[in-house]
Amino acid sequence: MSGLGKVFKKEVIENLRDRRAAFNSLLLGPLLFPFLIIGMSYLSLSTQEERAEATIELPVVGAEYAPNLLRYLEQQGVVIMPPPDDPEGTVRTQENPVVLRIPAAFPEQWRAGQPAVVEVIADPSRRESNIPMGRVRMMLAGYGQQIGSQRLQLRGVAPALASPLVPKDVDLSTPQSRGALAMIFLPYFLMITAFAGGMHLAIDSTAGEKERRSLEPLLLNPVPRWQIMSGKMLATAGFAMASLMLTLLSFRLALPYMPSGALGFELELGPAMIGKLLLVVGPVAILAAALLTLLATFAKGFREAQSYMGLVIFIPMIPSLIFMTNPMKPEAWMMFIPMFSQNLLIAEFLRGEVVPNAWLLISSGGTLLLGVILATIAATLFNRPKVIFGGS
Amino acid sequence: MIEVSNVSKSFGAVKAVQNISFTMNDGEITGLLGPNGAGKTTTLRMLYSLLPPDEGTIRIDGLDPIDNAMDIKRTLGVVPDGRGLYKRLTARENIAYYGELHGMSKALIRERTDELASTLNMEDFIDRRTDGFSQGQQVKVAIARAMVHGPQTVMMDEPSNGLDVMTTRALRHYILDLKAQGHSVVLSTHIMQEVAALCDRIIIISAGRIAADGTPAELCERSGKASIEDAFVALIGSDEGLLA
Repeated sequence: MSGLGKVFKKEVIENLRDRRAAFNSLLLGPLLFPFLIIGMSYLSLSTQEERAEATIELPVVGAEYAPNLLRYLEQQGVVIMPPPDDPEGTVRTQENPVVLRIPAAFPEQWRAGQPAVVEVIADPSRRESNIPMGRVRMMLAGYGQQIGSQRLQLRGVAPALASPLVPKDVDLSTPQSRGALAMIFLPYFLMITAFAGGMHLAIDSTAGEKERRSLEPLLLNPVPRWQIMSGKMLATAGFAMASLMLTLLSFRLALPYMPSGALGFELELGPAMIGKLLLVVGPVAILAAALLTLLATFAKGFREAQSYMGLVIFIPMIPSLIFMTNPMKPEAWMMFIPMFSQNLLIAEFLRGEVVPNAWLLISSGGTLLLGVILATIAATLFNRPKVIFGGS
Repeated sequence: MIEVSNVSKSFGAVKAVQNISFTMNDGEITGLLGPNGAGKTTTLRMLYSLLPPDEGTIRIDGLDPIDNAMDIKRTLGVVPDGRGLYKRLTARENIAYYGELHGMSKALIRERTDELASTLNMEDFIDRRTDGFSQGQQVKVAIARAMVHGPQTVMMDEPSNGLDVMTTRALRHYILDLKAQGHSVVLSTHIMQEVAALCDRIIIISAGRIAADGTPAELCERSGKASIEDAFVALIGSDEGLLA
């Protein structure tokens, strides 16, 4: 075993013995993330159901102008409430999600056969009021269609003539690709884990070693410095990989407990899939190890290093957030972007798509290349006296 | 055998060491003496190849510390001021880690560790994690770690810092034993009794220059003082550093 392997072994043993740090790096994420996803999907599902089934209490201004419309609404299960003094104000303060206003001109327009205006007062930027608002508009549209058809029939016209076009949805999403929507967070969690899993070890093995003053005697051993540095980086990457593997395993174990409404089918997360995902995220773990080690080596001590890490954790978040908020069609050139390409690939895998091998090569190769460049810079850092002695 | 000739080292505008020359012989204990900030640590770091000198040459048994860094490291054992033990490893594992980095076999490491544990009287705590070790226990582990590969030259930076009387005495015996076995020992210290009790040669560094170089008797004679401590003060021209 070369010096590199010995440094690797010692760093792994030493960090596994630090119970709290090992728990934080290896187990916290894998235990937390599945709970987070399951909990979130249950919560959003139940609030959605609640709002979709709850009785709508609808304050109506000018109820006397449209008694038939109100009767129709009541038949649909709406409870008509007396109008508030300031309809807009109560919507703004969220006292009422929706208020209906029937203007005084309504009866005249109605009788003249002109489109009669009714105002639906709501604030669509409040996402929680979207469901009641949508239900009220659906009912109004239903009433309008019913009356429209009756009017045409009275004049001897077939109502079908007024509907020249009927759009019909043909849903091509496979059960698996629909599940991928619910799993949109998985790439995000995997990216963060690739960084967070090795973070503590990266600090402990560089800035921590300097702070404990064990770096100077370590460098007195007849082992090339690049080997010492690489052993530390590999241990960091190893911790990140172990954490990734545990995260995927715990997702697999948690899948049966997902609310059936959120997935409604089986998302395949078998050993083959886990292997493929690890292969795609692996280069990110190596890139992360190089970057974290590089930064932590610059720091004089543990605390300074930790303060950098708070910012570093944003690096894997940015591509994931861009991907989450702007879903885009994967193309070959995107595979050159480290961390972003992995987001796209993981999503494609989860959707059950077949990905060109060239994409995998470009994504992994590009990310590895950047990782090796950073690692090379890090490996030469130990040649600088300032870095070794911390300016002392 | 260590030969240093005309060596200088600066950090920016700070001239840490200026044009120093000295030799340290095999089978001798050489004391590197000087006030704080005089350049002792810089000199040691250049000797054990972590710092390249700006000017001048260093030869340890004929080898250059920069060109032959790996060979030099194999012949050196260093006990640094900071000790630098790994707290989550046992004393034995700390020693074994360095043995492995020196390319020693497991069996040889075990044999050497048991030997050192008995010489340094550390059997009681050899298999305990070093977290919470006393200063004396830490120094013993640091010494065993530096000696595991059987180096010819041993460098110790302030080895008796924070030690009680009994441990200090044991340490002095150990250093004298090393000398008797033919090792050359370099002691960096500012404890005068230690210098007087142990050193065959004393090199006094002050403000980055060699202020004096000779046997304890020679230094006393040259300064006209009876004790090493008085000689030291007379030779560096102040008592700064003695309180540290």
